Amino acid sequence: MMFVPGNNPGMMADAHIYGPDSIMLDLEDSVTMAEKDAARLLVYNALKTIDYGSTEMVVRINPLSTPYGKKDVEAVVKAGVDVIRMPKTETADEVRELEAEILKVEEEIGAVGRTQIMAAIESALGVVNAYAIATASKRMMGIALGAEDYSANLKTNRTPGGAELLLAREQIVVAARAAGIACFDTVYSNLDDMETFRKEVELIKTLGFDGKSIINPRQIEVVNSVFVPTEKEIMKARAVVAGIKEAQAKGSGVISVNGKMVDRPVVLRAERTIALAIAAGVISEEEAL
Amino acid sequence: MRNTKLVSLEEAIRRSGLKDGMTISFHHHFRGGDKVVNMVVDKLAEMGFKGLHLAASSLSDVHAPLIEHIKSGVITRISTSGLRGTLADAISRGLMEEPVVFRSHGGRGSAIASGELHIDVAFLGACSCDELGNATGHGSKSICGSLGYALPDARYASHVVVLTDDLVPYPNLPSGIRAADVESVVVVDSVGDSSKISAGAIRDSKNPRDILLAKSAAKVVINSGLFVDGFSIQTGTGGASLAVVKYIREEMLSRGIKASFALGGITAHMVKLHEEGLIGTLIDVQSFDKVAAENFAVDPSHVEVSAVEYASGQHLGSATHALDIVILSALEVDTDFNVNVLVGSDGIIRGAIGGHQDTAADSALSIIVCPLLRGRIPCVVPHVTTLITPGASVDVVVTEYGIAVNPSRPEVRDRLVAAGLPVVDISSLAAKAESIIGTPDPLPFGDKVVGVVMNRDGSVLDKIYNIK
Repeated sequence: MMFVPGNNPGMMADAHIYGPDSIMLDLEDSVTMAEKDAARLLVYNALKTIDYGSTEMVVRINPLSTPYGKKDVEAVVKAGVDVIRMPKTETADEVRELEAEILKVEEEIGAVGRTQIMAAIESALGVVNAYAIATASKRMMGIALGAEDYSANLKTNRTPGGAELLLAREQIVVAARAAGIACFDTVYSNLDDMETFRKEVELIKTLGFDGKSIINPRQIEVVNSVFVPTEKEIMKARAVVAGIKEAQAKGSGVISVNGKMVDRPVVLRAERTIALAIAAGVISEEEAL
Repeated sequence: MRNTKLVSLEEAIRRSGLKDGMTISFHHHFRGGDKVVNMVVDKLAEMGFKGLHLAASSLSDVHAPLIEHIKSGVITRISTSGLRGTLADAISRGLMEEPVVFRSHGGRGSAIASGELHIDVAFLGACSCDELGNATGHGSKSICGSLGYALPDARYASHVVVLTDDLVPYPNLPSGIRAADVESVVVVDSVGDSSKISAGAIRDSKNPRDILLAKSAAKVVINSGLFVDGFSIQTGTGGASLAVVKYIREEMLSRGIKASFALGGITAHMVKLHEEGLIGTLIDVQSFDKVAAENFAVDPSHVEVSAVEYASGQHLGSATHALDIVILSALEVDTDFNVNVLVGSDGIIRGAIGGHQDTAADSALSIIVCPLLRGRIPCVVPHVTTLITPGASVDVVVTEYGIAVNPSRPEVRDRLVAAGLPVVDISSLAAKAESIIGTPDPLPFGDKVVGVVMNRDGSVLDKIYNIK
């Protein structure tokens, strides 16, 4: 998910050409108070007029507690955004409040249920309430960590190893998995240090995250190279999936691949590997069969 | 009697027999650091010359002082490959009575060799020179590498004056400019600002659009059918086209493919591949950066060519005829694959033909790398503002929204499609640009011709009108 300032038409016009899975147009922290209205208008028109192809479009709105939040919801729902990212989410009630605002606009335009929600968790209270937030709405498609505000709230600083974020990251992954939704890690802002960035992406993949937020197209290649399955992983996954199909055809629930017994979690992981490989364009759907 | 060539600038001018209305010439190897053009023309003005024809291999924004010399009638005609900055701006608005004649580097070389462009006195800056006139592009004060664009002037001009700030003992050999061609040697305080003559080491573009374009162009090269052992390559200016070499390197290593030669403006990237054994010979008409210039001075397989040997259309021995792949940039490309590299979308001259026409025409495959949009300016358009390189010699256009292949090259199109590259119709690219930006208002051109664009064969390709 690539962050793009909502007040920068040049960046908004062609952010999709770099191939991010989703684009988050920002109305919140990257836009100054004086530019809030102009940015909202720009983002509305970008969503209405620019052909972003199959890229998922997310808009980070201002909190509903500010004078801008409700206007942001109205504009982006009317423009047909895929996902509204809610900043600084701390409680399930806040999610329900946003849900009600979205529904109001959707009813007005006759498009009920179209807009999904992503909650950014950026405080200790948000981390504590992660599962309640993740399950607060049917529209909730994922939760994400916002590390800058979170580490400030913890009264600590961000470090290259990310020790200060470990609990929050794990809590968010666990809450998302328990709720059956996606989870996304925070941004890494030093563009000149791709090595540390790569280590961080490897770490969050290991922790179980579905993806990483990025701030520059140059980071896409690193994220893809970490998340896209290797040829070896794909071959192994295909062997597992082929094995289970064969076993099912024979009426057997248990299979073995290369002499090792394969149980259900292994099959699920194999299916997920193939789905990722197809999504990344490494293999086609026909090849996956 | 010795040292008869070593004279002051004024004496050299007097000796040259220069008269009002004659043609003087300069090279542009000192780029934005050049002091030679301004110094010589100031002196000519002081000596009272009028109506001179200034025929430079190119001119840049450092030559803004020429505006005053044009106004006062010292310079009344200009021939060049390019113009930039305030001089270009003033000329675009109608500063001169005679239109500027724009030629490609190969076209200029041919015109000088054939006599169509006869140079009466060439004033050639050199980083070092001995007292007999053996001059090179490396000296103790500055380094520019190859002097390729100055060599036709040295050979064919009636009279040659070398200006240097580093007089070295004879023999300053091997040298590009040979003593036999030189009539006078003038020692000056400085031929140019060395920091601007050659920029430092490799500076990779961090612009994500440039990186995307360079990677796409590299994929075109790799899947073109010409990417085989012994291939040859040239890259033009512009962040994206310069960076392509970096991205084909890995593929060369993994497939065990080596290039026989790299041609044209030689860059630090090219030198790196050459030193790794991936490129055989560097054929250098202009060293683009300090790394290339330094390598040129010491490496026997890094050779200098004149503009004629480099890119003349008439001269079948010119290197472009052996070139497989060239990667070039563009200000605009149109739906007939015509390219403009000279006149901006505001109607103001802001570029140079360079070797664009020459390499596109002679190479086996020409690839133009051009963003679809530069801010709010569409770069794939229905008609180019000014025709520089005819579409017949352009094969592939790489944009961030897809790759267009000239219908005259169906085999290239098939190979790129088979490789899974996003091949699209060029008119769909123009339509895409228009859908995002809209249709720009027509430019407010006047009816005075301020520039004439020559094709490399000496015919007229297009005219540039004054912008209001």
